[in-house]
Order: sequence, then structure tokens, then C-alpha cells
Amino acid sequence: MIVVIDYEAGNLRSVMNALAAIGQPAVISGDPQVIGAASAIILPGVGAFGDCMASLRRQNLVEVLTQQVVVEKKPFLGICLGLQFLAERSLEHGEHQGLGWVKATVKKIETGDRQYRVPHIGWNTIELKESSPLFKGIAEEPVVYFVHSYHLVLEDDPEAVVTSTCMHGIEITASIQKNNIHAVQFHPEKSQQCGLKILENFATLIHGEDHAEEKTDSSPDHQGRAGGSERPVQAYQYHSLHAGHGG
Amino acid sequence: MPATAVDFFNKWAVDEIVVLDVSRTQQKREKFYEVISKLSEKCFVPLTVGGWITSTDEVRSLLRMGADKVSINTAAIERPALITECARIFGNQCVVVSMDAKKQAGGEYEVYSDRGRTPTGLSPISWAATVQELGAGEIFLNCIDHDGFRKGYDLELLRQVVDAVEIPVIAMGGVFTWDHLVEGVTIGGADAVAAANILHYTEHSTKKAKNYMREHGIDVR
Repeated sequence: MIVVIDYEAGNLRSVMNALAAIGQPAVISGDPQVIGAASAIILPGVGAFGDCMASLRRQNLVEVLTQQVVVEKKPFLGICLGLQFLAERSLEHGEHQGLGWVKATVKKIETGDRQYRVPHIGWNTIELKESSPLFKGIAEEPVVYFVHSYHLVLEDDPEAVVTSTCMHGIEITASIQKNNIHAVQFHPEKSQQCGLKILENFATLIHGEDHAEEKTDSSPDHQGRAGGSERPVQAYQYHSLHAGHGG
Repeated sequence: MPATAVDFFNKWAVDEIVVLDVSRTQQKREKFYEVISKLSEKCFVPLTVGGWITSTDEVRSLLRMGADKVSINTAAIERPALITECARIFGNQCVVVSMDAKKQAGGEYEVYSDRGRTPTGLSPISWAATVQELGAGEIFLNCIDHDGFRKGYDLELLRQVVDAVEIPVIAMGGVFTWDHLVEGVTIGGADAVAAANILHYTEHSTKKAKNYMREHGIDVR
């Protein structure tokens, strides 16, 4: 069962509808017990970074998420703000501390060109940079839906990789992966067939997983292989033909 | 819009759906909620909902029903702080300010509220800049002289508003040919173009529209 984290913000319904469409059982919850029993966790989110992080803290969700995702290495998917939360800090309206699971900073998108407006709202082509199980079997030039004003800038984190980017005047991090932690800046739940496929791919990370075994073996060798979901050997490197503004 | 229409829209690669409650009273609001809930179940593209939104509680309910963004028009004119309240809680990206404008006898434009019935004395340019300042994430611009008159967008108005703000502007109202969509982007400078009837009543409309736009050098999905 996938648990979609409820922290009283954002539009969870869209994510639930998309999971229902791919036949994936899921529940919305902010209850640590339910989250503890999850086989995978999705952290969606739209809204302001500071307020939403405060909401996560207020509901004591930071501890349980860290335990389930970082310690127990359950498959995790962060969406939009759920990607930005992974960073150590965000510069959105001041400076706010994030979950800090990834060495990164969230910064305002500064395109320096009025043609590339902010917020970056609309459909945009992503360029696949690194193989990711999320992108298995999707189109060569996936076009997905973005809506954000800030973006994650990955710093020196040896275990984290930018798996895809998009261009909106500047190069923007579209997705990252750090072991069992997957996160996308775009909205798969709003990216039609392509997005549903990405969610389906995420769901496959659950299957055949044995957390009891996972817990007993936390040697560095096994990091990033939660649930036996090794990265596919095949590298996805496509060229984006993206030209104009993302709409 | 019936939920079956959405099935088509998913297949036809529609990029976004905007649903406005244009009822003159709120008597059928429950029915509207039902439509939104049904729509969102199958709508795997952004869903923007507007009409009768006057509070953050109303926005929260609509988001819970599956809306991704809300479009505010008259309520924002009557109480501009609503834009900021919504942006603070739900994020700028969630707040679309919809604006109806009409050309006056002297050639200048004026914003109208109340579904185009009440002149407000606001100029579209200054109102656009204000709503951006207050926290709007996007502007829907509807030229009510053109809406329903098949003349295409009011490109002069569109360009003025696009140049006045940094946030995306979506052109609405008056589309009768695919060329109207193209000029909205190339001449008007819109970040996105919206249309109603031409898309509802043409077979495979969105695919045709987008092919046409692509042939004219516009980057579309």
C-alpha cells in the first residue's frame, strides 16, 4: 500500500486519482502508524516551502518520514514541493530548513529573459540525463507538466544524481534520485499518459520487496537497492529538441 | 462539461482544462461540486476551477475536490487581499486571476467585473501589475468585446497586459480559427491560448489546433 502523505496542504486528490487510474492501492494519511506500515511513500505538495515544512514539523511527520525513508529505505517519491523538501534549505521568502536528505539548495528560478516567465507553468520537454527506473519505457522526449517558481540546485552529494532536466531559459532540475529516494519537480499526476507511466514505474519498485530483510542489512553496499530495485543497466540519454518557452 | 468530454480531452492531448461556474445564483453549487469531483477523477491534466470563489475556505474545498488551481475574478476586484490570502496558503501557482476587459469609446481599455456587467474603472495594465504584486501566479485575459464574436483575441490588449507583467498570461475569448490561436502567441505574446466552443465542437480539435500551431513554428506539446 502506497501512503500519500497528508500534511493539510496541496492537492492530494489529483495524486490519488492518478494512482486509482493505474490500479494502485493507496491511502492518504498523516498518521505515523499508517506511514510506518506503508510499502512506499509519496510526498506531494504545492504551496510555500516554509509554511509546508512547518506543517510537516507540526504534525511530527519529519521523524517518521526520516525513519521510513532514510533508515528503512522504503521507496519514496517526492512530487514538486516534495522534491524541494529533500534539500537542506530553501531560499523561498527568507531561508527555511528542509529535510536535508540531499545536499541541495532550493533557489528562485531566475531566467533573466521575460520570454521565460516565472512561475514556470506549463508543459515542457525533459531531457533524461541518467537512467532511472521511473523513466523506463516512456517516450524519448517526455513532455510533462510543471508549475513552480523555485528549483532545486544539487550540490556535492556523491549519492544523489539529477536524472532529468528541462530548459526554461536556464537548465532546471526536473528529477533526482538518491538511492531509494526519487523525486520529480513536475507533476506526473497531471502529465497524462506519460505521467501515469512514471507513477506505474514507481509502483513497480514496491513489488518483491522485503523490508524485514532490508532492515537487517544496512551495509553501504545495499544502499540504493531498496526492494531489489537496482538501476537498470541501460542508460537513457535522449536529446531534447525543446525550443520555445514551456507552454 | 460532462465527464465524458474529459475522456476525449485526455485522448486528444488537451493541455489544461478550465471549468467556470457561470451560474447567476449558487443554487446549483452542489451540482457544480459533483462535476468537479467527477472531472478530476479522469482529468490527468491541470484542472482550473473558477466562479463563486470568495474565500480561502472555498479554495480549500475545491482543491480537495481535485482542482489544481482556482480562477478568481470579481471577488479579487472587490477584495484584492483575497489574492494574497490564497497565494500565502496555497502558493502563487494556485491562484489565477481572470480578467474581463472591454474597449471604451475613447480607445482605452477597462476591466469589468460581474461577468462583464460592471465597469470597475481599473485599467487592465495596472490591474495586471497589481494582481502580480498581490501574488497571482497567472492571468487569464478575456476580451469581452471579442468573446463570442469570432474575431480572435484582442491582440492589442493582450500585448499590453503581457508586457505589463512577468507572470504567464493566458489569452481567452473570441477564437474562431486556428490562426487566432497562432496570433495569440506570435503577435499577442501569450504564454498559452485557451478556447471553448471551437475546441468543444470540432472533432479531434486539440490535435488539429496543435498541429496547426506547430506548423507555424510554435512549440506545443
